[in-house]
Amino acid sequence: MLTCQQLTELVTDYLEGQLPFRKRLSFHLHIGMCRDCRTYVRQMKLAVRTTGALPPGDIPDEVRDQLLRRFRDWKD
Amino acid sequence: MHVGAVNRMRAPDDTEGGEDAVLIARLLAGDEQAFVEIVERLHGSLVRVARAFVGDRAVAEEVVQDTWAAVLEGLPRFEGRSSLKTWIFRILTNRARTRGARESRSVPFSSFDSVDEHEPAVDPARFLPSGKWGAPPRAWNEDSPERLLARRETLAFLEQAIAELPRSQRAVLVLRDVEGVDADDACDILQITENNQRVLLHRARSRLRAALEQHMAP
Ligand SMILES: [Zn+2]
Repeated sequence: MLTCQQLTELVTDYLEGQLPFRKRLSFHLHIGMCRDCRTYVRQMKLAVRTTGALPPGDIPDEVRDQLLRRFRDWKD
Repeated sequence: MHVGAVNRMRAPDDTEGGEDAVLIARLLAGDEQAFVEIVERLHGSLVRVARAFVGDRAVAEEVVQDTWAAVLEGLPRFEGRSSLKTWIFRILTNRARTRGARESRSVPFSSFDSVDEHEPAVDPARFLPSGKWGAPPRAWNEDSPERLLARRETLAFLEQAIAELPRSQRAVLVLRDVEGVDADDACDILQITENNQRVLLHRARSRLRAALEQHMAP
């Protein structure tokens, strides 16, 4: 039987679809029975999706201007 | 099903290829707005990944500037065998690697934050000796990225947490979870093994979850 602690180390392998069949089965069985681990897995997924939803940061004006100058040179 | 929930965030490759083709055509036609768009979208991530190879922020910025120049130069010959984004990151890390090797204090990427060292996903003190949760995670009030990021302090907090990751973890996380690059391409871009990639990603994600947990329910 997979323990909660062991499960927390397998979450990425699980989300990546890299768990071998038997381990994936134990993983499913465990989260089926354990509310705390369900919460944990949900939080991991939410952390991943939230990271993916971060807006791109601002570029300093001088960097942007420099890049635009480069682009204009390249264009000509 | 769970895998699908995560993968859904990524555009399917054909869409990505189609968008790339449109963008490349605009760039080659000299469309300045197209260049601004792609620079705004990728610049921050390029700097973050560059910093995995060159410690100094100013040097990393230079590497990124050089990368954009190389991208423009190579664009007419871009064949679309990978996505445009992957191609750009590959140019970046090639340059950053060369530049990093020249810097006295730089260390090769693969030897950063050695992945052999055990770093638990969750503080072991939160488990009972049986391995069951002793201090389980508490459910969060916000349950969508949009709602989480709607709070300015959460957004700033998450960005800070990413900035504080060890640099190899940060590079993997930025490629995989910020930019949605797939695992194979991330390994190729960073020149690491599939297994190391997954370990680094796991640690980075686990740290971010833990940071968010602290932030949500201190
Ligand atoms: Zn459990």
